[in-house]
Amino acid sequence: MRYTIIVSILFFLSCNFGQKQNETSTAQEFTNKTPITQEPLEVYDFEGLERFLNKKDDKVHVINFWATWCAPCIKELPYFEKLNQSYKSEVEVILVSLDFPSKYDSNLKPYIKEHDLKSKVVALNDTDSDSWIPKVSEDWTGAIPATIIYNKDKRSFYERSFNYEQLEQEVKQFLN
Amino acid sequence: MRNLMKAVVAVSMALLGFAFTPVSGGYEVGDIATDFELENIDGKMVSMADFPDAKGFIIIFTCNTCPYAVAYEDRIEALNKKYAKKGYPVIAIMPNNTDVKPGDNMQAMKARAKQKGFTFPYLIDKGQKIYPQYGATKTPHVYVLERTKIGPEVKYIGAIDDNYQDASAVTKTYVEDAVDSLLNGNEVETNKTRAIGCSIKV
Repeated sequence: MRYTIIVSILFFLSCNFGQKQNETSTAQEFTNKTPITQEPLEVYDFEGLERFLNKKDDKVHVINFWATWCAPCIKELPYFEKLNQSYKSEVEVILVSLDFPSKYDSNLKPYIKEHDLKSKVVALNDTDSDSWIPKVSEDWTGAIPATIIYNKDKRSFYERSFNYEQLEQEVKQFLN
Repeated sequence: MRNLMKAVVAVSMALLGFAFTPVSGGYEVGDIATDFELENIDGKMVSMADFPDAKGFIIIFTCNTCPYAVAYEDRIEALNKKYAKKGYPVIAIMPNNTDVKPGDNMQAMKARAKQKGFTFPYLIDKGQKIYPQYGATKTPHVYVLERTKIGPEVKYIGAIDDNYQDASAVTKTYVEDAVDSLLNGNEVETNKTRAIGCSIKV
């Protein structure tokens, strides 16, 4: 019994360390590359973005605020992609980029193309952030990554990073 | 054996706490802020106590690597130029873990400060003990403090102004307005604002 406890704790410890190391070694911003001017990109101010934040359909909506220069955002992006693929019929993921408009062609569009993002990507360009951050969530201090999960009945806000298991676990609470 | 197990349990509990405790608390407007003693880019330790004539401080958690922080560098320097002589110097504190963000290490901080000609102290929160006390979550993140008999009182928390992209398009100069109010003996009208920033790297 005692050994089981020790072994399980050690196992937990090793996972924890593994995760931590991973974070430090793989978290690198995306810097590019060949500018892309042709590809279209949906750009909204906050009023325009709100349509994605208040849908009343039967899906679970996952809205992730990110940017190509944000290392923890880039690290968790594949988990949002995986979620979008794995729960295609029930979940809709929208990736809201906060990249600066001057970087749309040089960084954002090449990133979307290179990583072949399947989730819908939109850009939010609204500098008066004090006016709209509280409308996303009263709990948001403004740090990214940040995520909203909602359906027509309830909504949660997260100012934190996810791994896939954590993200899936949160989303499952919204699935009927 | 039992002791070993206790130790392992203790360590794992500590790690659990470390891994899952969100940054909560921090200062609200009206709280008394803690002083600090942090290393400056010139190698000297700096505290608020080193500024006996200051009426208050503009404490800015910022860094080299965050695009939002970079966008505000010149405006931070301008704040110090304008307000240090009026009794409200800027003290910049770099809160990131430099193992995660080597671009924010002391060497890089020195280089950036030299390149940009910073006239304010640019301190490193080595060990990351100070930013959680303040409740900073991102860079840049500003705290305007006014010296009172019981200590530096938090008067404003938030953004520098309302346009990170374009200094010439700013319509609300939150920090300037706050400091001007304090200098005129008035209460700060807008004492809390929010802006997008880079999460502090732990």
